Amino acid sequence: MKEPVQKEYPRQLEGEKVPMVRFRDVTKRYGDLVVLDSLDLDVDEGEMVTIIGPSGSGKTTVLRMLMALEKINSGIIYVDGQPMTHMPKNGALTWADEKYLRRQRTNIGMCFQHFNLFPHMTALENCIEAPIQVLVLNKKAAVERAEGLLDMVGMLEKAGEHPSRLSGGQQQRVAIARALAMRPKVLLFDEVTSALDPEVIGEVTQVIRKLVNKHNLTMLMVTHQMGFAREISDRVCFFYDGKIEEQGPPEEIFGAPQSERTQQFLGAVLEAT
Amino acid sequence: MTYFEFLNTYGPQLLDGAVTTALQTLLAAALAIGIAVVMGLMRLSHNRFVYGAATVYIEVFRGTSLLVQIYWIFFVLPLFGLTLEKFTAGYIAVGMNLGAYGAELVRGGILSVPRGQWEAATALSMSPAIRMRRIIFPQALLKMLPPWGNLLIELLKGTALVALISVTDLMFVARKINGTTYLSAQAFGSALIIYYVMSRSVITPFMRWLERVMTRKLGRA
Amino acid sequence: MFDWRWAFVADILPRLLKATGNTVLAALLGYGIAAILGLVFALAQRTAIASVNRTVREVVEFIRSTPLVLQIFFVFYVGPQFGITLSPWAAGMIAIGLHYASYLSEVYRAGIEGVPKGQWEAALSLSLSPVRTYSRIIIPQAIPTAFAGMGNYFVGIFKDTPMLSVIGVAELMHTANAIGSEHYRFLEPYTLVGGIFLAISLPTAALLRRLEARIRRKMGLRPR
Repeated sequence: MKEPVQKEYPRQLEGEKVPMVRFRDVTKRYGDLVVLDSLDLDVDEGEMVTIIGPSGSGKTTVLRMLMALEKINSGIIYVDGQPMTHMPKNGALTWADEKYLRRQRTNIGMCFQHFNLFPHMTALENCIEAPIQVLVLNKKAAVERAEGLLDMVGMLEKAGEHPSRLSGGQQQRVAIARALAMRPKVLLFDEVTSALDPEVIGEVTQVIRKLVNKHNLTMLMVTHQMGFAREISDRVCFFYDGKIEEQGPPEEIFGAPQSERTQQFLGAVLEAT
Repeated sequence: MTYFEFLNTYGPQLLDGAVTTALQTLLAAALAIGIAVVMGLMRLSHNRFVYGAATVYIEVFRGTSLLVQIYWIFFVLPLFGLTLEKFTAGYIAVGMNLGAYGAELVRGGILSVPRGQWEAATALSMSPAIRMRRIIFPQALLKMLPPWGNLLIELLKGTALVALISVTDLMFVARKINGTTYLSAQAFGSALIIYYVMSRSVITPFMRWLERVMTRKLGRA
Repeated sequence: MFDWRWAFVADILPRLLKATGNTVLAALLGYGIAAILGLVFALAQRTAIASVNRTVREVVEFIRSTPLVLQIFFVFYVGPQFGITLSPWAAGMIAIGLHYASYLSEVYRAGIEGVPKGQWEAALSLSLSPVRTYSRIIIPQAIPTAFAGMGNYFVGIFKDTPMLSVIGVAELMHTANAIGSEHYRFLEPYTLVGGIFLAISLPTAALLRRLEARIRRKMGLRPR
């Protein structure tokens, strides 16, 4: 059940420096289990934020809530200054309805752990479906855009193949192109290398590296690859028990973690690799 | 005549019929299970003759109608010198028919056991027979149970056709009452309800219970 | 004891083949009703209205758990009790259509529910509308799964048409019975009926399997 909006939140964020993403007091529960515990998190435009932490700490939930795949129990999320989880109605904020959500979701792209490509469509068809249907692009423009992106991820030759004929790494690269084809302001990576064989992880991280270096895209990434996180992030957030236990530049988090839990987690992870 | 009066008058007959239906179901189920296991294993054989025989059996019984099979076994088999009493002909036909469907469940269940289990058993030098009996079949059985629950309901429903060779089961009694009283809604409606109760309050809970027991036995609870 | 008469076969075969036409017609009509009604049942079980949901589910359960032959009698005889007389064909088609609609609704439901959750989420993340999500993403992927079940029940309905003989629909079984009692010979008519059923159902089943494989291939899905 939805809970009433307890606090008064601004109808939109204004001012000098509006963050691209803002979580305020966001709580998510499954039954009695609190997965996110009044989370506050701001992500600036163009920033690459990596979320790490033990399984069950709520990392993936952050991305799923931001994409509005599920509804939060309380709090509010803003994207580009506009409320995502709420919509203005009669001068006040109420919970967003599906129609409003659908419009807001176009600001965000998401890549999933298991790719979730549409198996009955070719790589190219995967990339043009939503631009044509949702952004109402004409087919020629959509194909042009998709081909450019497939080229960027190195998958142009395979544009006519169905996902079942592609390797995991190739599928994930197509999935990245599909998300980018919507020209999102924010791009989410949910453990995009976790389901991949070790030898193809590199081809996906290479694409992400390219995005970070060449484009001013805001990105949130959940990953288990500490080396990659350290190399690529502007900021690393360590999640524990539905909260941010510690956050900061990668050199600090990996080089000199302050919290004991962070130290323990990183120690255990480094031990394992 | 109120429905209560109807039940008062014809209830005992309907119950007698239900007992016959239950007996037909039990006997046919026993036969079907036996046939299913034998034919299902034969379908996995590498011997072409064994495999072929099972395939012909399964295709013939699944490719024609149960009603045709009942008539054939009751009316035509006597011409070959094999005369069956109608009650026997009834459950044999139903059992042989549903056994053919069950064979495919057995085959599918066995094939669904992961390859690693076969290899592990082979690596432990188990003979094919022991491997099947001790390792593969128990695991296959667990996967087969839910579809067998549906199959047993189909079997119960199938027994209604034995009324057409005058076995005095529930269906037969309902028709008889309908023929003498013209109280069609009461007669057929009551029979429908009894069949429903047998399906959902006897077979389904029994299969659920069996699944629980098997799951516990195989340590997967 | 074994006394197969080819002359008798030649005599009765045309009559049986003519009745086969009725059998096929009954199967096609019944399936048409079942396919549409089944979709109604399936969608009704996906609505948010709990009471509709529950009621339809119970009705489907009831129909699936009781014998078709009894349902045929019920539909045929209960009408007149309340002043509605149905022809054998009409009663038979209603009963068979309802019976198989309850099966097909489950097939449709399983097809839709078999589409992985990630597909819904990917569609959401691309802001596709519900109608597009169903028509472009979910249903195309549900069809290959549902196709096998739909095909099985098509063959199933065909094999259940002999039950229509009990209320006097002049299909194959009814004709065989008539021939049998006219000539006091059951060997040839019943064996021929079995043969005709085999001759139609086996190739149909094989054809449907090939069609299924083709659909899967065309959609870029892995063979089952």
